[in-house]
Amino acid sequence: MTLGIVVGTVVSSSKDEQIQGARYLLIDKCNQQGEKKGDYLVALDIVGVGPNEMVMISEGSTARETMVTKNKPIDALVVGIIDIIDENDIIVYKK
Amino acid sequence: MILAKVIGTVVSSQKDQKMEGIKLLLLEKIDPVTMKGKADYVVSMDSVGAGVGEIVFYVSGSSARYTNTTEGKPTDSTIIAIVDFIEKDDAYTYQKDKQ
Repeated sequence: MTLGIVVGTVVSSSKDEQIQGARYLLIDKCNQQGEKKGDYLVALDIVGVGPNEMVMISEGSTARETMVTKNKPIDALVVGIIDIIDENDIIVYKK
Repeated sequence: MILAKVIGTVVSSQKDQKMEGIKLLLLEKIDPVTMKGKADYVVSMDSVGAGVGEIVFYVSGSSARYTNTTEGKPTDSTIIAIVDFIEKDDAYTYQKDKQ
């Protein structure tokens, strides 16, 4: 999975009709310390993420492997909100 | 999904039979903060009626085939949404009608 920070949202009224009511988040990819890379993507949110939270994103066809996204045309999905990351027994990120 | 701007159309008359009747658009990836093009281009199938100049986002890989328009078609890039707003850190970096 890829780490990223939720920096905003992307709103579209004329979208492929299969995903009504889904929330698209603007994600800036980051490292395990939470430093942003300026590398943006749009990911579907089904876990209810707030702004500036660090999340895990699953990209590619695996993004379709949930109840909500089955057979839907998406390739980036927020699969979890990060609480803590430790690296060599040192906490490098805490929510 | 990746944000991009529709900058043109692509026409191909000699192509795979399954590509018949599908609108092909030329997209340039954009930085959603500056809204500037990244000189990185892709040809994408259109499933939402996007026009030149519009900001969209497209899906890549096998998921590109999961729209009604592109089901069973040999595409790895399909536009699935025309963007109305992009909000970053509580400020709009893009508003469709404000262009």
